[in-house]
Amino acid sequence: MVEITNNQGFAISNDPKDASGCGIFGIFNTKGDLIDGSRVVSAIDIMRDRGNGLGSGYAAYGIYPEFKNYYALHLMIDDDLAKRAVEDFLERRVMVAERSGIPTRGMKNRKRPMFFVYFVLPRAQGTKAESEYMSESDADEFINKLVFFINENINGAFVISSGKNMGVFKGIGYPDEIANFFRIERYKAFCWTAHNRFPTNTPGWWGGAHPFGLLDWTVVHNGEISSYGANKRYLEMHGYKCTQKTDTEAIVYLADLIVRKHHIPIELLAKIFSAPLWEEIERMPQEQKQLYKALRIIYGRALLNGPFSILLTFKGGIMALNDRIKLRPLVVGKKDYTYYFSSEEAAIKHVCSDIKDISSPDAGEPVIARLNNEAYNVYYGVEDEED
Amino acid sequence: MKRIDAHNLKYAVLNELVRQAIAEDHDKIVLDGVCGQYYIGCGIAKPVEIVVNGVPGNDLGAFMEGPTIIVNEDAQDGIGNTMSSGEIIIHGNAGDVLGYSMRGGSIFVKGDVGYRACIHMKAYKEDISPTVVIGGCAGAFMGEYMAGGTLILLGLNRDKKRLTGNYLGTGMHGGAIFVRQSVDETLCSPEVILNKPDDKDMEKILVNVKKFCSIFGYDCDKIINDEFVKITPKSKRPYGNLYIPGP
Repeated sequence: MVEITNNQGFAISNDPKDASGCGIFGIFNTKGDLIDGSRVVSAIDIMRDRGNGLGSGYAAYGIYPEFKNYYALHLMIDDDLAKRAVEDFLERRVMVAERSGIPTRGMKNRKRPMFFVYFVLPRAQGTKAESEYMSESDADEFINKLVFFINENINGAFVISSGKNMGVFKGIGYPDEIANFFRIERYKAFCWTAHNRFPTNTPGWWGGAHPFGLLDWTVVHNGEISSYGANKRYLEMHGYKCTQKTDTEAIVYLADLIVRKHHIPIELLAKIFSAPLWEEIERMPQEQKQLYKALRIIYGRALLNGPFSILLTFKGGIMALNDRIKLRPLVVGKKDYTYYFSSEEAAIKHVCSDIKDISSPDAGEPVIARLNNEAYNVYYGVEDEED
Repeated sequence: MKRIDAHNLKYAVLNELVRQAIAEDHDKIVLDGVCGQYYIGCGIAKPVEIVVNGVPGNDLGAFMEGPTIIVNEDAQDGIGNTMSSGEIIIHGNAGDVLGYSMRGGSIFVKGDVGYRACIHMKAYKEDISPTVVIGGCAGAFMGEYMAGGTLILLGLNRDKKRLTGNYLGTGMHGGAIFVRQSVDETLCSPEVILNKPDDKDMEKILVNVKKFCSIFGYDCDKIINDEFVKITPKSKRPYGNLYIPGP
């Protein structure tokens, strides 16, 4: 277990009252048009009172076009010692095409970790030789193991995101403070998610802020997973270690396990996370009944119990989902090719004043938006040629 | 009349300005550029009129006693939370937990509402009783633990949308829900019973639907001539024997 002794840097809120209830926001353009970071910042900032200054963050897709075929490892590092340990490890395990500090501005009166991005490809078996051909799924698995090794074993270093052509920016502060720190306005992305407030049932710490990321997955989450213990043990059986001290990371790992490894479609993942109640399954037509019964039996321990609304992003797509009895707010808007997802309608109207198509999805009913094929090729092109 | 520009104002500041305007004896206050500010009209106990242009934040009109609030767009969650009297008119859709624990006054919503509308709404004797009229459709758990008052659901402009969600009237032990056209009985909780409204009920429906139609410009005759279903609790203590079996 990694010790988080440094860089806790708790912010002390001056607000007389803590009215917070977590705010989430997302924008997705299905044509792959790039959206300015400042838009998502102003939207999540409208829901400032849903947060408490102890955490916020952003996930952005399509931000590293020049390194789109490399895994972009966003690393949060406490000190030079940890940095050296990480770099030694990376040198042995992967081919680093480029490394750099993630551009930041100063943060007043606050201790903070350092942030770096490494664009890497797996290297076969720790040799210095050029990497042998590795299929995409082998490479994903390699990076997955690498991320868990770093998070578990290298003191003071955390991989906060590890997908291609994407990245997570997060820390302790209000959304505008974190955006200012990471210069979010510099980035343009076809998919953005944002979160406001701290990790569930945990003191706020930089790594514990949302979004949580693994490979191309990220999650922002409003709510709480009452089934965390069961989910965590289930994940551990499959080699995932929960190291971030809060519940939300479990959602990311479950998505990775069920969709990437078990090849279950994302639509059914929603029905595993927010499974219909047994009495609802009883009322279904025969074929559907069999399917949902099977899902509940096989993936019972991946069911997320408790109140939540989440935005789950993946390669070329986003899914918004509520718990099965809708105990947290979620509003979806659509205008032309752009989808908006938010805890509150006001935030959507704030960045798209003339939007007409606004609704709240039903409990457990996912809303999924995907890039069209053309845009997918632009952002993730080479993988398709390898297939 | 007092106009307040709400652009970029924090909710605490905006609500303070509203209270100041009321203290200055303005009887109508118009808020422009509202964007998600919480608690508008919260706890105000004077019969003023507040017009909201923009999307107001959660808990609009909470605990209020007397004001009339008119929202010209959609509204968010928790409208009329525990309000005692007064009126809230929403010209768009409303979010979840509309009229939560409402004790009196009335709410008229032109469009759809989210989950858990009117949960734990309650009345006091005959004369203090809340009324909610929803023009569109509603989500699941409508009228959950409802203890009193009147809820009318019209299902206008419904297309293929479901009229109500699951768990309708779960744990309901007072008041009445009237639904235009028909109710899918499989969605209802076992604690409620479906009936045809009697003449007295129809009178109540007529008064409120008339008012709804005059506010939002619908033809009342068309709506009122439809069938209505009355949903009432079977018992005043649906869970009285849940833990300790009764006689």
